Amino acid sequence: MNPALSVILLTTLIGAGQGLFVALYVATLVAPGRVSPHFAVVASAVSATLLVLGLVASFFHLGRPERAWRAAARWRTSWLSREVIVLPAFTAAVFAYGVAQARAPAPAMEWIGAAATLLCVTLFVCTGMIYACIRFLQEWATPLTVVNYTLLGCASGAMLATALAAYLEPALVPGYAAATALATLAGLATRTLSLVRNARLRPKSTVQTAIGIKHPSIRQISPGFTGGSFNTREFFHHRTREFLRAIRWLFLVLAFPLPLALLWAGTALALPFAIAAAFAIQYAGLLAERWFFFAQANHPQNLYYGLTG
Amino acid sequence: MTQLALVIDLNVCVGCQACVTSCKEWNTSGQAGGLADLNPYGADPTGTFFNRVQTFEVGEFPNTQTVHFPKSCLHCEDPPCVPVCPTGASYKRAEDGIVLVDYDKCIGCKYCAWACPYGVREVENERKVMTKCTLCVDRIYDTGLPPSDRRPACVMACPTSARLFGDIHDPESEVSRAIRDHAGYALMPEWGTHPSNHYLPRRRTDAHHHDDQLVRADNPLHIEGRQPKPSPKDPALDDVTSW
Amino acid sequence: MRPRRRAVHDAVKDAVDGRTGGATEVRKTTCYMCACRCGIRVHLRDGDVRYIDGNPEHPLNRGVICAKGSSGIMKQYSPARLTRPLRRKAGSARGEGEYEPISWDEALGIVEERLRSIRDTDPKRFALFTGRDQMQALTGLFARQYGTPNYAAHGGFCSVNMAAGMIYTIGGSFWEFGGPDLERSRLFVMIGTAEDHHSNPLKIEIAKFKRAGGRFVSINPVRTGYSAIADEWVPIRPGTDGALLLALIHEIIATGLYDREFLVRYSNAGHLVHGDDAGEMSGLLAVDAASPEVNALYPQNKLWWDRLTDRAVPTHAPGADPYLLGEFTLADGRRVKPAFQLLEERVRPYTPEWAAEITGVPVTTIRRLAHEMGITARDQKIELPIAWTDSWDVEHSTVTGNPVSFHAMRGLAAHSNGFHTIRALAILMSLLGTIDRPGGFRHRAPFPRGIPPAAKPPNRPDMVKPGTPLGALALGWPAAPEDLFVDDDGNPVRIDKGFSWEYPLSVHGLMHNVITNAWRGDPYPIDTLLIFMANMAWNSTMNTVEVRRMLNDRDDKGDYRIPFIIVSDTFQSEMAGFADLILPDTTYLERHDVMSILDRPISEFDGPVDSVRLPVLPPKGECRPFQEVLIELAGRLGLPAFVRPDGSRKFRDYPDFIVNYETEPGSGIGFLSGWRGKGGEKFMHGEPNPRQWEMYAANNCVYHHELPPSYRYMRNWNRGYLEWTQRVRMRRFAEPILIQLYSEVMQKFRLAAQGRRAGRTPPAHLKDRIATYFDPLPFYYAPLEAQATDSDRFPLAAITQRPMAMYHSWDSQNAWLRQIHAHNHLYVNPVAARAQGIADGAWMWVESPWGKVRCMARYSEAVEPGTVWTWNSIGKAAGAWRLDADANESQRGFLLNHLITDELPWRGTRISNSDPVTGQAGWYDVRVRIRPAETGELAKTWPQFTAVPPMPGTADAVPAMQSYVAGTRKGNG
Ligand SMILES: Nc1nc2c(c(=O)[nH]1)N[C@H]1C(S)=C(S)[C@@H](COP(=O)(O)OP(=O)(O)OC[C@H]3O[C@@H](n4cnc5c(=O)[nH]c(N)nc54)[C@H](O)[C@@H]3O)O[C@H]1N2
Ligand SMILES: Nc1nc2c(c(=O)[nH]1)N[C@H]1C(S)=C(S)[C@@H](COP(=O)(O)OP(=O)(O)OC[C@H]3O[C@@H](n4cnc5c(=O)[nH]c(N)nc54)[C@H](O)[C@@H]3O)O[C@H]1N2
Ligand code: SF4
Ligand code: SF4
Ligand code: SF4
Ligand code: SF4
Ligand code: SF4
Ligand SMILES: [Mo]
Repeated sequence: MNPALSVILLTTLIGAGQGLFVALYVATLVAPGRVSPHFAVVASAVSATLLVLGLVASFFHLGRPERAWRAAARWRTSWLSREVIVLPAFTAAVFAYGVAQARAPAPAMEWIGAAATLLCVTLFVCTGMIYACIRFLQEWATPLTVVNYTLLGCASGAMLATALAAYLEPALVPGYAAATALATLAGLATRTLSLVRNARLRPKSTVQTAIGIKHPSIRQISPGFTGGSFNTREFFHHRTREFLRAIRWLFLVLAFPLPLALLWAGTALALPFAIAAAFAIQYAGLLAERWFFFAQANHPQNLYYGLTG
Repeated sequence: MTQLALVIDLNVCVGCQACVTSCKEWNTSGQAGGLADLNPYGADPTGTFFNRVQTFEVGEFPNTQTVHFPKSCLHCEDPPCVPVCPTGASYKRAEDGIVLVDYDKCIGCKYCAWACPYGVREVENERKVMTKCTLCVDRIYDTGLPPSDRRPACVMACPTSARLFGDIHDPESEVSRAIRDHAGYALMPEWGTHPSNHYLPRRRTDAHHHDDQLVRADNPLHIEGRQPKPSPKDPALDDVTSW
Repeated sequence: MRPRRRAVHDAVKDAVDGRTGGATEVRKTTCYMCACRCGIRVHLRDGDVRYIDGNPEHPLNRGVICAKGSSGIMKQYSPARLTRPLRRKAGSARGEGEYEPISWDEALGIVEERLRSIRDTDPKRFALFTGRDQMQALTGLFARQYGTPNYAAHGGFCSVNMAAGMIYTIGGSFWEFGGPDLERSRLFVMIGTAEDHHSNPLKIEIAKFKRAGGRFVSINPVRTGYSAIADEWVPIRPGTDGALLLALIHEIIATGLYDREFLVRYSNAGHLVHGDDAGEMSGLLAVDAASPEVNALYPQNKLWWDRLTDRAVPTHAPGADPYLLGEFTLADGRRVKPAFQLLEERVRPYTPEWAAEITGVPVTTIRRLAHEMGITARDQKIELPIAWTDSWDVEHSTVTGNPVSFHAMRGLAAHSNGFHTIRALAILMSLLGTIDRPGGFRHRAPFPRGIPPAAKPPNRPDMVKPGTPLGALALGWPAAPEDLFVDDDGNPVRIDKGFSWEYPLSVHGLMHNVITNAWRGDPYPIDTLLIFMANMAWNSTMNTVEVRRMLNDRDDKGDYRIPFIIVSDTFQSEMAGFADLILPDTTYLERHDVMSILDRPISEFDGPVDSVRLPVLPPKGECRPFQEVLIELAGRLGLPAFVRPDGSRKFRDYPDFIVNYETEPGSGIGFLSGWRGKGGEKFMHGEPNPRQWEMYAANNCVYHHELPPSYRYMRNWNRGYLEWTQRVRMRRFAEPILIQLYSEVMQKFRLAAQGRRAGRTPPAHLKDRIATYFDPLPFYYAPLEAQATDSDRFPLAAITQRPMAMYHSWDSQNAWLRQIHAHNHLYVNPVAARAQGIADGAWMWVESPWGKVRCMARYSEAVEPGTVWTWNSIGKAAGAWRLDADANESQRGFLLNHLITDELPWRGTRISNSDPVTGQAGWYDVRVRIRPAETGELAKTWPQFTAVPPMPGTADAVPAMQSYVAGTRKGNG
């Protein structure tokens, strides 16, 4: 696939927003009383902002953004439609949660938090499933896609929570740092698993099944045009294998060891700046990860256009 | 139930691209309207087409087949592009199985295109909505056209009649018979999409003749005296044996 | 206002109610996106073209249409259209493309003045050459009336070998003249054809043929298009088909697979040929002094050696049966051999083994094909219950067919050995007994014609006289050296040296020589060159870079070597940029046209068909049909056929001319054959019918005269048919047209060269050339260019082919078609590419001894390893055709013509790179070598040309996005 910046931003931004909220809500459960309303308001606000930014980014993906509301119509069959419903709902819930925190802690808040968390998990599933449900995009069609989206979202969200805590609520830092490390390592593990899996994939579709001719040697000589088409632009990255490999190493470094090291340093040396930097670097790593996620997916339609990675 | 479809006979398709531009021509000013071209007179011109003809080479010299391969939406019986559409803009008509896009509902999210393994949907460059082959739904039912014209533009254009059009659920239709008689097949059967459009494979006619056809008695060379009969006076076994 | 575009699902309802169908207006006319001339229906909405489809009632295309035809809209609304007469700006150089608009009055004034003074002094200083047009009857008439011999159309650089090789052998040809009867054929062999003129009909027929189980063999170095669906592909090395065909003939004769009966009666196989000892008659057919010649052009008094009575008898003597093989002595003691014997001797050394070496086709394949052809022809005979009478009054109760058919085109024609190759093909077809018979080759009216056809070119310099029409049609069919157009010293009279000793049978002229000759002043300088519908600054010229320089070259005095150039074009082509004066023509949708019976009509096997084009739109801007321009000029110049005795203009306009013009006063023969006579009741000849156009309009623009079944076959020797052609004045003579296995015409030239014949003889330096190439029997020689090139240094052959979705150079302005082919690659067999280290898709150099080109490689397994090829004429000069300067056509596309030379070094001087018999341009003879581009080289085609600016009258700007909707067109000036 040809990675689209809007979608990369959408998924990484809301992932971080979702992770941040989870971090906030879980902290209120595991360490009741240790999370100040101030911190909770700020975290909710940041999370909601990220979600809104993601939403905004998603509009750039649409040809007709003014009709975006129509996308809620088919929640019964379309994961995209579900995401379209859940994302604003979750954003609203986060906002409500923040507002509730700002007003006065009340029991309703617990419920709002719980509901928001449920929406958050649903959103992770919806987003992941948008990709995982396309069965012939074999690189995507695996539960690992949902797991990765969830874990990587949680990791970046937790990292952001750690950074916020370092500035606003240092007491939370060790716990968050540990959670971040855990999520990041888990993310690393599952992402590596998906890389290993994808490397071993044997494409079910071949040029032979695509055009229905059984012969070992088939080459496309013309796609029927010389200036490109929607199909050559949308589904293929037009980069070299080397470039892809470089991006893979880049994200493996940027999203996992480097931010972890910085996180460790920031925590140990109490350098909030380092932790903030860890988040920024990890986010950059996740942008690369998402780019790679798209680029690596071999759409069988490419067989019809002589496009190979 | 009716399922309209195209059956494409690779045995006679010469890759002339008539179906490509006749489709563009009919549709650009029709109800599917305005299939914009980017850089129409500049670098890398690119525009929206519902139908493309590609060329593949099979085998190695000198045992090469050149295969021209026209492809438009296959109007799958189980179209993966439809359920994923968040707006319901992509839909499959119950009455004839044609898969269409409602341009007024489409938000241009491209998700249906991702969900089509065949690469036949294109976002139209100007209106930014998804477009694809309509099976010329605005021709085939148009009672304002003479009945013989109520066929898809590409089918009418095709000089080799490589494009057959009809109901593949009607076992007696021309398309069903063609599929049965000539081993019609579907593309990428592995995904269970059950494309309605089918393809007919190359069929090869070989020459057969027997060596004895080269040594017939009426060979004109006899007449010229070029394959003369030996004279009765020439030596023969009769001269030297008696059984 | 723009109607809201509605979603398809809404449309369905409307459509079902019939609400959309009637919204458009339908007009029928004839397509001209190529020379095939299909019938089309143009659907208009609010005066814009809504869409164009095939006319189901048209005999040619029967409703189908091709990629180009379907893209007519984009031609009509192309931004490259010229819309105003233009004059080159004073001070700007040719090729720079600086123009100023002028009025038609002024433009025509300039032309009139110039042409008048030339006509009054030396009319041959005016040269009129036309490209891929369909109105040679009119342009030819204009030139003749003007009095210049310097007229020809594209045929000389196109496929004159195909026309001449076949017509000098069987009296007809492929192309518009005839074709394979695929309806009844069982074996179809296509040689060297990519797309051809009969685009749609041939596709319709091939598909039906395949569906009916026929076997299709394609002989071609490349497998694309038609060849793709062939049951067998026979890859062959370019330029070697002659060897293959001669080996097939060898094998067919050796195995006795020829149709003896057919050859005996319908060819000159049994005609006795004098041996070398007969002086003036050496190698000529023996005549029976006692029999009347009947017709000096087509004498009928030849001899057979009768098998039954063992003596010479007049041919076709009742009861006689000639020997085809052997040697005999005439009563006067001279030795004679039947022509077939000479053919047999000729092909004896041409064994399959010999041919396999040359062609790369395996021996077993050659033998198998020969046997397959012979056995299919003999054993799958067709007998139709159609009674007919032959020219010797023998009644036949049936028509027999041998269902083997062929089609060949420029793959054979465009080589400098093409004439003999095509003769070999015609002979092979004849040996198989497949001429004008069911399932074989069939003629299309007005063919067959006499061998050679009766029209002769002018043959003396004094036939060109000031202020006087030319003594004969500029083009014709020489039968002997006396018909050549040379002066007393044997020097050419025409600017292109047509009908000279250099290319005696150049029946279509040599358009590819015109610019070089005019520039050099050889044989003489000219004044005005009028180019109509030809892109001579680009794709129809060899040696393109140099030709562009010649067009702009000046002499010592600073005057242009070609003083004045007028171009009639519809678009801002490369050629337009070299004009001093540009006359903007209409598109085919904006004018009247005729596909005249005097030219190349669209006849079918079952009878003559001619057709018209009717305007469906008004001319854009100030565009004016070139036809109108010619009629107007002819009137102004007072050319006799175009004015009344009092000198006033005779024809109001072109439609008026078409209706009222008669070849001679009262002849009743005009441009159109249908609905002649006062009320339209006559065919071919009859008084002018004032309602003729209307009648064509009411009949799908076509007049189709269906012959009775007994006139549809065996027409070379079909008494009824031949006499009918005479009655309707399609032909002057009705003598049978015997197939010339052995060509006396060729022998006459050879005798002249050998000094054994009274009359004209070639100049000394051309004697052995004539003696060699004017062989009465086909023989194989490597193309002249291959003979002149070191094949170790230039090991590969380079050829082009027609893409089905592009017409020559003129479709790059078409927004839809150019998306299919915006640039081209050089297709190279991976074996050949890897040997030079060239990667798939990489930039590479192709070099010939004459030039080089940088282009992109594409690996292909569908090309013979000794050949590289590309789509013809996709590459363009920057800025032409109103394409942006960075358009793919000029930046990534390339023109193979840069590698092709117009002249070959020859005995210390040079000679045209053309077939020595016909002057056919040797496009496909060039030899090349390939190498990868260096790293760091520009990823761009070479050579590049400075971009020309948009011409006044073309679109103000080209849009970045264009979305065409009829009635509400946007983004398109
Ligand atoms: N779409 C389209 N149609 C056209 C035209 C066009 O430009 N576009 N042009 C029209 C014109 S003007 C003409 S003259 C006709 C020409 O019609 P074609 O004769 O069909 O045209 P070419 O493309 O020259 O095809 C030549 C074929 O011969 C093959 N060939 C080359 N050399 C040899 C050889 O030595 N031996 C054999 N056996 N094959 C060889 C080439 O591979 C190619 O397939 O087409 C007409 N029709
Ligand atoms: N390398 C290579 N070169 C070749 C060939 C090849 O096979 N290989 N083929 C050769 C052959 S067979 C041919 S026939 C020639 C063809 O070559 P040309 O005869 O030069 O044909 P076109 O490229 O079609 O150019 C004709 C010109 O006519 C203009 N035109 C189009 N429509 C109209 C109209 O309605 N009115 C007027 N006035 N002008 C119009 C176009 O804009 C264009 O400038 O090319 C030859 N050149
Ligand atoms: S129009 Fe027919 S022959 Fe031409 S490319 Fe399309 S399917 Fe093939
Ligand atoms: S071919 Fe693609 S677009 Fe057409 S119905 Fe099937 S999945 Fe949908
Ligand atoms: S692009 Fe349009 S049709 Fe396709 S999924 Fe999105 S809304 Fe549906
Ligand atoms: S059926 Fe109609 S819309 Fe579909 S490819 Fe053919 S012409 Fe185009
Ligand atoms: S073959 Fe030629 S004349 Fe016929 S539709 Fe195509 S472009 Fe027009
Ligand atoms: Mo041509």
